[in-house]
Amino acid sequence: MNTANRRIYLYSRYERFWHWSQAALVILMMISGFEVHGSYNLLGFGNAVNLHTVSAWTLLTLWAFTIFWQFTTDEWRQYIPTLKKVDAMVRYYAFGIFRNAPNPFQKTAAKKHNPLQRLAYLALLSMVSPIIWGSGLFYLFYSSWKSLGVDAYLSLEAVAFIHTAGAFMMLIFFIAHVYLTTTGHTPTAHIKTMVTGWEEVD
Amino acid sequence: MLFRLKNILPIVAAGALMAAPAAFAAPAKPDAVTAPQLETIVKQKDATTADHSKFKELQRNFKTGPEVTQACLTCHTEAAKQVQHTKHWTWESLDPKTGQMRGKKNIINNYCTSPISNEKDCMACHAGYGWKDNSFDFTVQKNVDCLICHDTTGTYRKLPGYAGHPVYKRVEFPPKSGKFVEPADLKKVAQNIGLPSRSNCGSCHFFGAGANGAKHGDLDSSLQHPGKYLDVHMNEKGLNFTCVTCHATTGHVVSGSRYNVAAAVRGPAHIRGKKDESPAACQSCHSDKPHHESLLNQHTDKLACQTCHIPQYARDGIGTEASWDWSQATVMGPDGKPTASKDSAGRRKFDTKKGTWEWDSYVIPEYRWYNGVSTYKVIGDKIDPTKTVQINEVGGSPNDPDSRIWPTKVHRGKQPYDKVNNYLTVQHTAGEDATALWHNFDWKKAIGTGMKAAGLKFSGEYGFVDTEMTWPITHMVAPKHDALSCAQCHSKHGRLEGIEGVYLPSRDGSKWLDMAGWTLVLLSLIGVLVHGTLRIYTSKNKGH
Repeated sequence: MNTANRRIYLYSRYERFWHWSQAALVILMMISGFEVHGSYNLLGFGNAVNLHTVSAWTLLTLWAFTIFWQFTTDEWRQYIPTLKKVDAMVRYYAFGIFRNAPNPFQKTAAKKHNPLQRLAYLALLSMVSPIIWGSGLFYLFYSSWKSLGVDAYLSLEAVAFIHTAGAFMMLIFFIAHVYLTTTGHTPTAHIKTMVTGWEEVD
Repeated sequence: MLFRLKNILPIVAAGALMAAPAAFAAPAKPDAVTAPQLETIVKQKDATTADHSKFKELQRNFKTGPEVTQACLTCHTEAAKQVQHTKHWTWESLDPKTGQMRGKKNIINNYCTSPISNEKDCMACHAGYGWKDNSFDFTVQKNVDCLICHDTTGTYRKLPGYAGHPVYKRVEFPPKSGKFVEPADLKKVAQNIGLPSRSNCGSCHFFGAGANGAKHGDLDSSLQHPGKYLDVHMNEKGLNFTCVTCHATTGHVVSGSRYNVAAAVRGPAHIRGKKDESPAACQSCHSDKPHHESLLNQHTDKLACQTCHIPQYARDGIGTEASWDWSQATVMGPDGKPTASKDSAGRRKFDTKKGTWEWDSYVIPEYRWYNGVSTYKVIGDKIDPTKTVQINEVGGSPNDPDSRIWPTKVHRGKQPYDKVNNYLTVQHTAGEDATALWHNFDWKKAIGTGMKAAGLKFSGEYGFVDTEMTWPITHMVAPKHDALSCAQCHSKHGRLEGIEGVYLPSRDGSKWLDMAGWTLVLLSLIGVLVHGTLRIYTSKNKGH
């Protein structure tokens, strides 16, 4: 039986480039960001600030291209949330996975993300991202608060608080995300797919 | 006081000789078009349109300083009147916000305390002649001393004991020292006047409180010939600024004063043709956004330039006084006679006349919110002797848009006060009369005479009280590579540890958010580890 070796092309070249460069930037921003926050000394405060700022602008640029890509390829539909089979996914991760039960979700090129994943990405896009980027941009443009007329409503303390809270959410997402990459049919299967673009399906 | 004049003479002379030709030597490039023009303006002597040695008024022998001044005034008709409106003459400074009169004439500091009743000595640093007591007439024009600021020969000296006059005949100084001071050739001095050099200003301002570097901490004789490390602007081999390059002067009013500091200057640099004030502030040349990095420019709404760019003051072996304890004065040596000693660096440590001192070099400033205006205890103001008395309190707060975080020198003193009337006392220290502290070592008599001269009641009971005086630091600007680095403030126990009202990333941050955040991160890690371990364990069991 050769069906186990059937391969589908899930992630295009741009998508993989986007994913991995975003991953690298997010990791750099977490490392530098928590140093700026004062959690440890690693790069030196000044270097950490510079790295954080450069990474932020790079990531924003990357997103400008990616948003364009999402809409021209219609891939944005991958992020439309659904509640269908969410309960099945929860049961799978809570019980089935330990009994070698089959994954209730089968990836296809049209549906790359399982329903739980879609909810997670929705939360990331609609909550964590606005928290981080909203506060981050205010942080970055601190010197323009007066000319923007927002200096009466903002304090650096509040902006930093919200930004840090967002950073913690991002870090927790990152931990869960990295762990879940190991839940393919082999521990490295998902990572391989993200590198090559090809997914082996049963 | 004695120390200062002894030391400055050779420096002044050398400085005057060297300063002018060195000034433009470095930047003169072999450019065919500009080189001849540059040469014509290289030397101040060449640049001036008036050779004072050719003036008939000055081609005569002068017996006294006032005679010279009268000669000056024949051409410079308004000069004396101008000087008479300045602090250099009045020793007073008005606080424009409160109307309080400050200045040496009105405050008691915690160094030499007050010139009142000690004028004969202290007025060696007055830009005038003859202020020996309260009867001094501030309207007499010939008593303005032009030469102390305009002498370029380095031979014009004013010694304590002469009420602001130079010596007119050879004297032994210090008395009984075997050293002699020659009178200056006033004719030669008058014929060689020029713009004030670092030596002119320094002859008083480097030696405040009677010893090199003692008072300010950011001003001492090392600024005669500073290297780049000590002062990036005054660097003798570089920009070679004099004091008046920044302290731009109009009508003898010298800009910049610690009494009214331009603490929060905004806007672009001041350029030619612009009709506004050009304060003696960094921003006058550098603007309030001087950095290439906008992130650094963001700091200028909270920080004075000096905070980062003067990482330490007294950056030399001369150092500055950290404290002066007058309560140790009158303590005699083991033989029952007055004595004095120096510290290992040769700086005054103890003197029966004056008490004990502590010195420090390469001092890290203490930082304060400051709006440029200090409120002073003036003579007669009540004090609370149970607390450390603040001679001046620097104004400003984090919420005040005109305040910045400034580096300061805080000088700690212990000085006499009237125990019944609860105010600081004026004491008659200098002099040879029966009540002078330095002659008879009797505090009660010295205070009695001092207070009488100041017009204040003295109960006869005195004690010593701890005092603090706060001095904004603004000189000895370091090269940019020596400026503070980010982490020196942006860290848990950095330079600005005690400064409140401003959020510093890395120093501040919500403790409970950190607690909650890291707890959740830890729980997530434990969660995935437990989940993963269970997966490994259960898949192994299936294998059998």
